[in-house]
Amino acid sequence: MDLPDAEALCEELARKLRAGVTESTGLVGIRTGGAWLAERLHRELEVSTPMGTLDISFYRDDFDVAGLHHPVKPSQIPFDVNGRHIVVIDDVLYTGRTVRAAMNELFDYGRPGKIELAALVDRGERQLPIAAQYVGATLSMPAGKLLRLARDERGKFFLRLSDAKPAA
Amino acid sequence: MRNPQLNGDGKLQHLLTIEGLPREILVHILDTAASFIGVTEREVKKVPLLRGKSVFNLFFEPSTRTRTTFEIAAKRLSADVINLNITVSSSTKGETLLDTVDNLCAMHADMFVVRHSSSGAAHLIASHVAPHVHVINAGDGRHAHPTQGLLDIYTIRHYKKDFTGLSVAIVGDVLHSRVARSLIHGLTTLGAPDVRVIGPRTLLPTGVEQLGVSVHHDMREGLAGCDVVVMLRLQNERMKGPLLPSAQEFFKSYGLTPQKLVLAKPDAIVMHPGPMNRGVEIDSSVADGPHSVILPQVTFGIAVRMAVMSILAGN
Repeated sequence: MDLPDAEALCEELARKLRAGVTESTGLVGIRTGGAWLAERLHRELEVSTPMGTLDISFYRDDFDVAGLHHPVKPSQIPFDVNGRHIVVIDDVLYTGRTVRAAMNELFDYGRPGKIELAALVDRGERQLPIAAQYVGATLSMPAGKLLRLARDERGKFFLRLSDAKPAA
Repeated sequence: MRNPQLNGDGKLQHLLTIEGLPREILVHILDTAASFIGVTEREVKKVPLLRGKSVFNLFFEPSTRTRTTFEIAAKRLSADVINLNITVSSSTKGETLLDTVDNLCAMHADMFVVRHSSSGAAHLIASHVAPHVHVINAGDGRHAHPTQGLLDIYTIRHYKKDFTGLSVAIVGDVLHSRVARSLIHGLTTLGAPDVRVIGPRTLLPTGVEQLGVSVHHDMREGLAGCDVVVMLRLQNERMKGPLLPSAQEFFKSYGLTPQKLVLAKPDAIVMHPGPMNRGVEIDSSVADGPHSVILPQVTFGIAVRMAVMSILAGN
């Protein structure tokens, strides 16, 4: 199937975010795709608060079946989350389980004032009551397909659809 | 024969010894541990990975540091921890090791952390328990102490970044040391090219060269140009035996003093698994000095044990 141009979606997302983000907003990208995206948006929106990254491996709800087999990188939240406006950024919003895990982890750093969600692509099929405030595009995908953000060697974004089960 | 630590998929089911573990598993443990370091600096020093799991600390031999750090590690993973000090419990009433384990399994144990004076005790338990139960060896006789070996390796990697070109000297009572054995296996698996053991003939196991280390009886020769010095505890009970003249004699020849440490590289780190005998194997000015990373070892030990527990629980 034809996938939209991720660079164009990123511009669209930046345009929408610009209205809701202030200097003190904390942008937090979820590894891996969301962290790349947050890096780009952090630069383009000229947010002065340093950006954070979350690796939600320790907060996944499928640990009992999936285990801990992939390399985990440390989460880094280089600002005080207490009372802060935080925008969690992910490449693809699907079941909502990743976002739940990210929110749980954020609360272990403190009590945010407000958390919003930005996603490059919302592919629907939520299993939790979670919604994004900022979305690049809404797409419908066949179940069982994995949609992810990828980067070429020059750092250009593109979307990749694969048959592989989501990595555990 | 299949490695009894690995399950049918080649994943880590129990951690009994570093010997024979593939490099990828060691690196996965070290990398996972690195991710746990930051957890202890947050407002909530816990992650929910082992929520609802019961970890039994089964210590048939006294230990403060190892037992405490295992307990903290399990608690930071949100597990329920039950500490059993067996030396004053069932075994003195005559219950066998496996009967004790069966009883604890009937209480729905998910993981055992075992310290025992007999080599192979953790293996025995691992071969006995149901497939969903995991066993971690926290020191068995003279055989192995894998999480100590892993935290030593973690500490070395933290300060020296990688193992290529690294010279590591392990000093003292290698003969009775499960710590030394675990560390040697870890270092050789990760490709450290120059591992030396230094000690009197009576405290070095015969054939230790076969583990891929060089043997030295003179501190000056052994410490020359090394990046890492690992001092081993000289166990008081050994000093009364025929292996050693006296603690003072030992200190003179093999105790780490500032004068001996200058032979190592200027940026060498000094490690010790604890508990230390100041003035026997290590001089206080070295133990508390700028080269010492003995206390960071303890802190890293928590993250390493968190990594081992969470990897096992997920397999």
